[in-house]
Amino acid sequence: MTHWPFILGAYGVALVGTLGLTGWTFAAMRQAERAVDALKDER
Amino acid sequence: MTGGVTARAALGYIRPGQMHIFANPARFLRLARPLTGWFGWGGALLIAAGLIWGLFVAPPDYLQGDTVRIIYIHVPAAWLGMAGWAGIAVASLMQMVWRHPLAAVAARSLALPGAVFTFICLATGSLWGRPAWGTWWEWDGRMTSMLVLLFLYIGFIGLADAERERGGEGRLSAIFGLVGAINLPVIHYSVLWWRTLHQGQSIGLTRSSIDGSMLWPLFVSAAGFTFLFGAIVLMRMRTALARQKVEARLRRMAA
Repeated sequence: MTHWPFILGAYGVALVGTLGLTGWTFAAMRQAERAVDALKDER
Repeated sequence: MTGGVTARAALGYIRPGQMHIFANPARFLRLARPLTGWFGWGGALLIAAGLIWGLFVAPPDYLQGDTVRIIYIHVPAAWLGMAGWAGIAVASLMQMVWRHPLAAVAARSLALPGAVFTFICLATGSLWGRPAWGTWWEWDGRMTSMLVLLFLYIGFIGLADAERERGGEGRLSAIFGLVGAINLPVIHYSVLWWRTLHQGQSIGLTRSSIDGSMLWPLFVSAAGFTFLFGAIVLMRMRTALARQKVEARLRRMAA
């Protein structure tokens, strides 16, 4: 049995999961902190 | 200390009894903003170094061959899945006992990354099991208790969201977080209590059965994933605090 497809599959799952979570979290944080700044500017 | 939390304070000049100063969200944010970048970029660099080392430099295992390279993502994911719930349990205790204002935010922020890494642990374990054991899944103690951990995370996320929408303090989810911690020793000792397919404990506090040529890239990768996990939790806490601030201000403006 060739092992590399399993290894690459595992690394793919880990990288997609980690990068997806990090990118989505970062975008949500930027959006939320921009909303705070926008409210400050309105005052 | 009367001013903000300085880097000196963060580096150990604060006694354990003074930890309550971080209960102030403004002080927490002053510390969290620079730490997010350091943890995120530091973690990314360590992960890259650990995975390149593990994939291209570390030797294959004498029995399992190249499949052992899955260890460099599977073990950090398992560690973070368990550490995430340990963090939820500590935050839940702080919320129940001291009513720490950031505790519920911390617990909620830990849940999703913990669930994602538990899922990564299960998926990579399955992809490792097929060539190593000849099966994608086995209902043995370690795998089943990790699956239970994933379900606990999903339950916690649902409960905490529902409580927050109703304007609750999050006491129910704190109780759930504490009770769910019972599963952590079950996961840890499962390979001793039930001897089935999953291998026994190979990394201990004082010694390891893994050769140094494989152990060091594993440590680097685990450190990297841990720092990145920290950055993700800090970002999620900053998001939650910013949303709370916006909601409070909109309520004041509407009143």
